[in-house]
Amino acid sequence: MAQLTRRTTDLLKPFSAALSSTRLLTTTSTTPITVETSLPFTGHKIDPPSRSVETTPQELMNFFRDMALMRRMEIAADSLYKAKLIRGFCHLYDGQEAVSVGMEAAITKKDCIITAYRDHCIFLGRGGTLLECFAELMGRKDGCSKGKGGSMHFYKKDSGFYGGHGIVGAQIPLGCGLAFAQKYSKDENVTFAMYGDGAANQGQLFEALNMAALWDLPAILVCENNHYGMGTAEWRAAKSPAYYKRGDYVPGLKANGMDAFAVKQACKFAKEHALKNGPIILEMDTYRYHGHSMSDPGSTYRTRDEISGVRQERDPIERIRKLVLSHDLATEKELKDIEKEVRKEVDEAIAQAKESPMPDPSELFTNVHVKGFGVEAFGADRKELRAVLP
Amino acid sequence: MLQAIGVASPSVSFSDHYNKFSVSSIRSFPVIRSDSRLISVSGSVHGSFKPKKVIAKATATQTESSASAASKPGHELLLFEALREGLEEEMDRDPRVCVFGEDVGHYGGSYKVTKGLAEKYGDLRVLDTPIAENSFTGMGVGAAMTGLRPVIEGMNMGFLLLAFNQISDNCGMLHYTSGGQFTIPTVIRGPGGVGRQLGAEHSQRLESYFQSIPGIQLVACSTVYNAKGLMKAAIRSENPVVLFEHVLLYNLKERIPDEEYVLSLEEAEMVRPGEHITILTYSRMRYHVMQAAKTLVNKGYDPEVIDIRSLKPFDLYTIGNSVKKTHRVLIVEECMRTGGIGASLTAAINENFHDYLDAPIVCLSSQDVPTPYAGTLEEWTVVQPAQIVAAVEQLCLIHISSYTHSLAFPTMTSSSNWRRKLFDLSMKYSVQTRLLVLNFYVKKRKNLGCLRVSEAENLGSSWKVGHYEKFLDRVDVGRDRRISDESWLEVECY
Repeated sequence: MAQLTRRTTDLLKPFSAALSSTRLLTTTSTTPITVETSLPFTGHKIDPPSRSVETTPQELMNFFRDMALMRRMEIAADSLYKAKLIRGFCHLYDGQEAVSVGMEAAITKKDCIITAYRDHCIFLGRGGTLLECFAELMGRKDGCSKGKGGSMHFYKKDSGFYGGHGIVGAQIPLGCGLAFAQKYSKDENVTFAMYGDGAANQGQLFEALNMAALWDLPAILVCENNHYGMGTAEWRAAKSPAYYKRGDYVPGLKANGMDAFAVKQACKFAKEHALKNGPIILEMDTYRYHGHSMSDPGSTYRTRDEISGVRQERDPIERIRKLVLSHDLATEKELKDIEKEVRKEVDEAIAQAKESPMPDPSELFTNVHVKGFGVEAFGADRKELRAVLP
Repeated sequence: MLQAIGVASPSVSFSDHYNKFSVSSIRSFPVIRSDSRLISVSGSVHGSFKPKKVIAKATATQTESSASAASKPGHELLLFEALREGLEEEMDRDPRVCVFGEDVGHYGGSYKVTKGLAEKYGDLRVLDTPIAENSFTGMGVGAAMTGLRPVIEGMNMGFLLLAFNQISDNCGMLHYTSGGQFTIPTVIRGPGGVGRQLGAEHSQRLESYFQSIPGIQLVACSTVYNAKGLMKAAIRSENPVVLFEHVLLYNLKERIPDEEYVLSLEEAEMVRPGEHITILTYSRMRYHVMQAAKTLVNKGYDPEVIDIRSLKPFDLYTIGNSVKKTHRVLIVEECMRTGGIGASLTAAINENFHDYLDAPIVCLSSQDVPTPYAGTLEEWTVVQPAQIVAAVEQLCLIHISSYTHSLAFPTMTSSSNWRRKLFDLSMKYSVQTRLLVLNFYVKKRKNLGCLRVSEAENLGSSWKVGHYEKFLDRVDVGRDRRISDESWLEVECY
């Protein structure tokens, strides 16, 4: 139940009448609102945090806008794929936006995030632009990986987003490596290594977890449990689907991944824990509306009733919408306007991305190796002819 | 009891050009079935029928009209269905055959190769594994050690890199290190190769990584017919076999015989017999080569195309016979240049057949780069038919220049009276080839004589002039001259 602060609503009402269009700007008031998460947290070998989350109206509106943007982007990617502008593999994140948005609210850009192939929205959350996203999906030069990576290889080094990996489970040891570097340089940041319920059965996860626990690395392993590993339900793939408990000696926390505030609270809690005590496993109970990828209809292994049921009851954007409306931060119409604005933004980005050119054929050979430090007679690709002293 | 194995014989006839076949030798080897009946199985048939069929369908196969389809023997199906049929027949025949893989059971397989099998054989025989390649491959090897015959599917060959240790150490080496006590009759299969913009990690060609592993056999299927045959042979083999399928070939359609047939795992397939050059290829590149072969035949070349199928060990018998006939080898593969199948094959042919080679072996492979996502870049990574045509012409060019060499060089000492030499550069050699020879002589500042243009070509002289002038600005192309009943193009250069 939301606890309203009467003062805030009384202040806002006269504004709403007079300046409806600019009301959103005036709610940059940092008057805190306390929201309760929908479900309590469950912990494994740890005391779970409280259900009350402090937030501000600005943050609520930002959550709404960001999630609407992500949702819109994924749906646009769906139609682009069907129009054959995006080809190959395309894994969509709609339904799971709360995880990305909630996590971003709890951390800074200096913390690292690494994830698997369902990375479009996390890239956006880390500060990627829509143009970079769509251009990369369409294989154009302006993409974040210059069109050479594709849907599964989005990276953003300056804001700590380390990808974007195609092989299931391979990103977890990488994530522990990032944590190792953070501990090495003592910079008080953490790494969130994200994976799915399918990857939770990979051996390399447990190997990496063992090492992270042994050396107290600030690694937070986040299992985005959408209950299906491509076509296999979690109960058919794992003897113990309580992924937050699988760390055994590593504490775990389970949160409702469809509630952005639960995610935010869990991530904040995990960051504090990891900096002091070493690794922790987070399990985000979430759901994907699309199939595993665009070539999977998503309905052969689950019923349409299930999908629409989750959409009605647990949709993350709907939850934020209800919160916004109940706190009187915006009217229905304004929220709809935000959605329209977001849609326009996505359409413009797509149009701009479509105009971006394909990469030059010479790009085929760039970035295979990095040029040496000058003393070799031949480069690794044997194109240098003479030794060059640095 | 002998079962006769039939091969579909199409009644389509082609031009005389394809009439010269090498004598077909149908090799039989007895295969002992588990219920101890002897059947005689024929290996791949050389010459006679297969080449005609493949040339007609150089790229994707077309469906024939229903009228003709009804009268032909055999049944038509897609490649993934043929794989499924082979697997199903083997699972019916031998209850020890089982399948491990991700989403092979209830989902039916990500490429539908195992669709319907879980309903028929149950969840334990068609096992849906969690995403743990290293472990379920190891599990397969362990099961094989006790006598089961697992077929392990990697959803994409690239994922099997996670299982490399199990494949290399346990699969490959256990028969040896146990002194022969254990056999590992596993089949490890999956789609690999460059698809349509699947990204770098999902477009890997693992044949080059696996080829050094002692103890395993590698085969690559390329047509519907050999997919089913090789699948069955791989399952029946007592050795671990890695069967490479290709993502883009799953929807090929072809007519295969109704009767049961098994192909040999170590034999290469003669796709198109020829005289001028041997082109060795496998998997998807076979179709690029056949497309290039169409162009080459129009230009007057006669390539011999062999689908090597067996990547380890190489069928040096078929390859050697071909090299002895044509003296030129071109290898077209989808592997990387460095350390790929082509590199090993080049070494093997050089070692064994060096004396029969007139020219160095040319190997066309993919670029040594991770496969980019952008479509245009991805096309450049793999070998395209135009590059194959150019390579064949380059290889055959050696033939031309040695010919003209012998004509020109006796009088090369005095350039002043060296005029009007006639060169037989007839139109069967492409413009690029002729221009290359021209270039060679232009550089030596020789005056060329006349370039003979064959009568069959009915192009205006302006075209001819334009072509040569564009390329060499030191060539003055003169008028057409007629010498007897052939037209000669006078070319003079400074």
